Formats: sequence, C-alpha cells, structure tokens
Amino acid sequence: MTTFDTPAAAPSAASSSGAGALGALVVGIGSWATTTDHKKIGRLFAMTALLMGAASSIIGAFLGFERISAGGYSVLDLDSVVQLSSLYRVVLSFGVALPLMLGIAIAVVPLQIGSKAIAFGRLALFGFWMWFAGLAVCIYSIAANGGPGGGEAKMVDLFLVGLVIAAAGALAATVSLVTTVLTNRAPGMSLARVPMLSWAALTGGVSLLLTLPVVIGTGIYLYVDHHYGRLAFGGNKGVNDWLGWSMTQPQTYVFAAIGVGIVAEVTTVASGRRHPLRAILLVGAGLLTVAAFGGATQVQHALTWTNTSGSDKVKELIPFLIFNGLPLLGALVVLGGCALGLAKGKPRVMAPLVPAVLGLVMVLAGMAGHLIAQFGPAGLAGTVFEEGEFNYVVYGTVLMGIGAIAFWGPKLWGRSLPQSAVFGLGTLGFLGTVLASLPLYVAGFADQPAGAVNGFTYGGPQELWNGLAAVGQAIIAATIVLFVLTAVRAFRTGAPAGDDPWDAQTLEWSVSSPVPADNFASVPAVTSPEPLLDLKPAGREK
Amino acid sequence: MTYALPAGPQPAPRRQLLVGTGVVSAACALLMGGMLSIWLRFREAAPLRESSDGLKQIKDWLPKDLKVAEVLTNVGLVTVGVACIMAQWAAYSSRRNDSRHTSMALAMTLLMGLALLNALVAVYPNMEIVLAEGPYQTMFYAITGTLVALVAAGMAFTLAALFKSSGGRAANTDLMNAHALYWYFLSAAYTAVWFVVFVQK
Repeated sequence: MTTFDTPAAAPSAASSSGAGALGALVVGIGSWATTTDHKKIGRLFAMTALLMGAASSIIGAFLGFERISAGGYSVLDLDSVVQLSSLYRVVLSFGVALPLMLGIAIAVVPLQIGSKAIAFGRLALFGFWMWFAGLAVCIYSIAANGGPGGGEAKMVDLFLVGLVIAAAGALAATVSLVTTVLTNRAPGMSLARVPMLSWAALTGGVSLLLTLPVVIGTGIYLYVDHHYGRLAFGGNKGVNDWLGWSMTQPQTYVFAAIGVGIVAEVTTVASGRRHPLRAILLVGAGLLTVAAFGGATQVQHALTWTNTSGSDKVKELIPFLIFNGLPLLGALVVLGGCALGLAKGKPRVMAPLVPAVLGLVMVLAGMAGHLIAQFGPAGLAGTVFEEGEFNYVVYGTVLMGIGAIAFWGPKLWGRSLPQSAVFGLGTLGFLGTVLASLPLYVAGFADQPAGAVNGFTYGGPQELWNGLAAVGQAIIAATIVLFVLTAVRAFRTGAPAGDDPWDAQTLEWSVSSPVPADNFASVPAVTSPEPLLDLKPAGREK
Repeated sequence: MTYALPAGPQPAPRRQLLVGTGVVSAACALLMGGMLSIWLRFREAAPLRESSDGLKQIKDWLPKDLKVAEVLTNVGLVTVGVACIMAQWAAYSSRRNDSRHTSMALAMTLLMGLALLNALVAVYPNMEIVLAEGPYQTMFYAITGTLVALVAAGMAFTLAALFKSSGGRAANTDLMNAHALYWYFLSAAYTAVWFVVFVQK
C-alpha cells in the first residue's frame, strides 16, 4: 500500500514576519492533523493520552482530598462528585490506558517488523480523530451533568454517543495495527520471529477487537433505550451497570496488554543478549489477553463459596482461575522471563527499565488485588479496594508508557531524554502509584464504600488512608506533567541520539534517527528474531 | 554506528485488504454477537404472565398482537444469499480478468443489497412496533438498526469496488475477495438476527 504523506512544513518558508510564522504554524498543524505517517499518528495518540492522564490524576487528587473527612469535607459540592468520579474512570480507561498503549504500538510496530508504512494509514488517522472527538464529547457531557448516573437526560444520551464514537475510533486504529502485523512483515519474519512489542500489539489488538465491539453494541442499546423510553436498561443508573465492566478489571488488563511487550523489549536490550526463553515470553503475553473473555462476557467470575457443596466450589473455581488467574499468570511469566533474561545476560543500567519494569509490577499488584477481591469471603465487593486495583493497573500502564517513550523516543524524535530525569520520574511515578492505590486496599478491608466521598463511617484511620491516596494522585499528576515537559524540551533541544543509542537488537534501530517518512530505503531481509544483533559482535557470540 | 541490513527480495503480496476486511468482519461479528447475547439475556429474564387463553404461563417479552413480517424477513434471507453468490461471481470473474462480468456481478450485488435494505426498512411499518413501549421494542430497533447500518456499509463497499472495476481495475482480486468476504459475513449476521429476532423472537 502506498503511503501518501503530507510534506513537512518547510522551515525556510517561515520568515521572521508574524504572518510567515503563523503560516508555518498552520502548515505544521495541518501536516500533523492530516498525516498518514504512523509515527505521527502514534505520537498523537500517546501524547494526548499523557495529557489526559495528568488531568485525570488531578481529578483523582480532588476526590481523594474530599474523602479525607467522612463528615462532609467540602472541596467539591456533592453533585459534582458524581460527575468527577465518572470522569475519572472514563478518562483513565478510554482516554489514557487504551490510547497510550495503542499509540506506542502504532508508532513503533511497523518499524519493528520492517514495514514502510502502517496498513490503512488513513483508517488509523480517522481512528485517532474519531477517538479524540468521542472522548471530547464524553468529557463535555459528563461536565454538563451527563455520563453514568447523570441527571441531565440529553447529556446522558450525548455521553453514550461519545463513548460509542471513541470506542469505534480506537477499534479502527486497532484494525490498522493488527492488519499491519499480519501482512506487512519483512521477508523472513515469521510470526515466531516477530519482536516482543509487535507480538504484544498483535495479541493485545486481538483482545481489543474482541471487547470494543461489545462496548459499542451495548452503547447502542443503551442509547436507544435511554433516548426513547428508559424501559429496559434502567435509565441513567443502568449506564454503569451495563457499561461499567469496560472501565474496570479485567478489561483494564486488555488495555495494559501491549505494555508487557514494552517491558520484554526493554529488558532484553538491557541484558545485551538474545532472550534465552523468548517463546515463554510470547506465551505469557498471550495468556494475559485471556482477560478479554472475562471482559466480553461481562461476568466477574467471582468465588462466592458460601453455603456451597464441594462440587459447586470446584465449578466456581474453574472459571475463576481461567478468567482471573490466567491473566495474572501471563503477567508473572513475562516478568519472571524478563528477570531471567537479565540474569543470564550482561545487564546494563538503562533509565527506561525503571518506569517500564516498575509499571509491570504495579499492574501485577492490581491483578493480584482483583484476584483477592473476587474471593467472596474476603468481603471486598463494593468497597474502595476495587478503586485501588484500578489505580494500580492504569497507573502501572502509564508508567510502562513512560518507559516506552523514554526508550523509543530517541528513535522517533532523534534526540535523547536525560537518563537521570527518566530514572527519577520513574521512581516518583512508582511512589505515586503505590500511594494512590495501596491505602485504598487497606481502606477496602476496613469496608470503606466505593463511589462515596462522605456520609460513611468505618473503624480504620480513614483520614490517613484517604489522605495518602490523594497525595499519591497528586504525585502521579506531577510525574506526568514533569515527564511531558522534560520530553518536550529534550526532543526539541536535547543531544542527538544516534541511530542505535541502546545497542539494540531489532529492525527499528537499523535506520536513522529520526526515522524518515517511509521508514526503510529497501525492505530488509530477516533471518532471526534479533536481526540487528546478528550483525554485531555480541550477536555472533556462542 | 549504523548497521546496514541486507535488502530482502520484494515481499510477496500479503492480501492486506482481504486480511483487513477479515479483521473488520470479525469485529462486526462480535458487535452483532454481543447484541444478540444481550437480547437473549433479556428474553430469558423476562417475567412470566398468563397467556391470553389463561391456560399457561408465558414470558412477558413480546408485545401483544405482534405481527412478525415473515415474508419480508424470509425474502431478505434469500436476498442476502443471492448477494453472496453475486459477490463470489465478481471474485471469480476478477481472477479471470473479465472486467465485464466483474462489473455485472458487482452491479447485481448492489441491487441485491438495495433489495435487502428495502426489505429490512419495510419491516418497521409492516410490524407496527412503537419504539417507546417496552424493552422488546427499543431493543428490536437497536439491533435491526445496527444491521441496516452494516448492510449500508456493505453497499458502500460494493459501490467502491464497482467504481474500481469499471475504471479498469477488474483484476484486483484482493479487493474482490475482500468484498465477497464482507458479504459472507453480512449473510451470517443476517441469518443470526433472522433466527434469534424474527424466528425465535
């Protein structure tokens, strides 16, 4: 497929006059807005997602401060609390985790597999704008008292329309990504030789293809029912009952699935060797996406285990382990495999390792929490424990995304991020994630109800846990804002990165930085999963 | 240091459009499958009421005096089958580089699509279902409306293929195969909706 790319704005055209500068700006914006270059489309997704992440963690901090005093501490008025809670969840899942991973994959995967372009570039761009417009409509409608549980009927309708459009946009971009991996691989690159990120993009993309259409179908039902009679799905309250699954676990694992590929890729490069158990990593990434079935069936597969016979317990245990245990096992396999790869190699300290690996650890903490919460006798249903799981998974995904931008950013922008800043921000983000999530686990065991900011009592030190969670949210917001500022500065004025700054192993590092519009002058031939390493002295070692 | 990889042979065509259409069809199948499963869930959970003769308890799901447009929906089933045959004919002709038959087959597919769309839209006035009267009614309009949108997308695909074919690109077998694949998906989706919504109700 031919790529028709808008030529970049010519710097010479920008004269010192104001009109010339304005013209250059318009051309620049136009070239980004209409591009079919996958690197630009991916960056549009990822950078928009990071900005949304900063905004939603600020909302999370406000909600956390509101919860510090159960007697009605009033940073916000009660009506806006419902809207902000909805906004927080919708934006973090559909506005941050999903597009961040999708954007990174769209930017990097065609390069990794030796393709000159993404399949259906215009579809991917259309997907971005659909997703963006849909999300903007969602945010506007929630702000105007719509969204799940909203009081303004027309705005609830508008929210449903926005969510369907946003999901359809993400789906369009996913179709483009999955087709690219299936059809655009370089000669010799079988699916078994596909790099880890591309493999995770394929498996994660397929899981999105399984779940996003169900979101769209349910959204259509809800819209028609809510607009014309509110007879079947419970009106505005029913929105959360029927679509809430798409913004909680295990669906959030599907959004995070591409992240395991990031971690596997970064750790393998840091080890300086071929990964000794590559196949195991591929299996682990595949296992994680079993979560898609848990999401698409809209059933939590919980263990009740009260007043049930032995055989009934086993009947409950099997789906529980399949839908909740297998994704956790998959993530554990990837993390264990990465650790083994580092141990067997000659590991180097690389700053992107810190946010990427800590991000996966956070996702694992969220998965483990979800497993515990689904065990009925633990009594965690309806408590803030679930919010803690959500924060762990989504902020863990954000950390993996930061690791990916620090790792592949030099290739995409041609300039390096300062290693010390990435290391520090990765650590800060880890601290923020733990603080935003772990206290809610504790508060969940103390029966603090989910979705309430006041009017509840429990025996634990409520102010401490909610205060810590609010501070964690503020730290996350600061981390994302500081990372974006650091990245913008470094990618504009930082030191040139060189073509292969990490001494890496896969095809994307064989071309110049930043990558030219059509990626490769000629399509490279591939004879192993690490084609670039084959050419290096380290790759020829036995 | 930059390492230059040896250039490989020109990659063989990998049927990008066919694979892409397969991926889209799979996603659309999940869309219809998800909607049908919610339909079945509602039907299963409907409360019981006494039948009009007072002899038995029946599910309070269908509106009273519902007239199912059997003729229209059965004709639609035949039509979508014929559309598939026409689309496959276009793919066959394309492989033989026969532009006249390819264009004719595509025009027939478009005609069948139009007939199917007509049959689907005619179901609404024929069945006289009032939208805001109950769960069945709103869900009926949502699921059949989505099917109408998918059929309209299929017709747009056919029209695009027809333009390309009549513009001298009849030998684009990837396009014709992808087009036929989408119509096969539409036929499966229509059959599922026909069976669940119009036969089993």
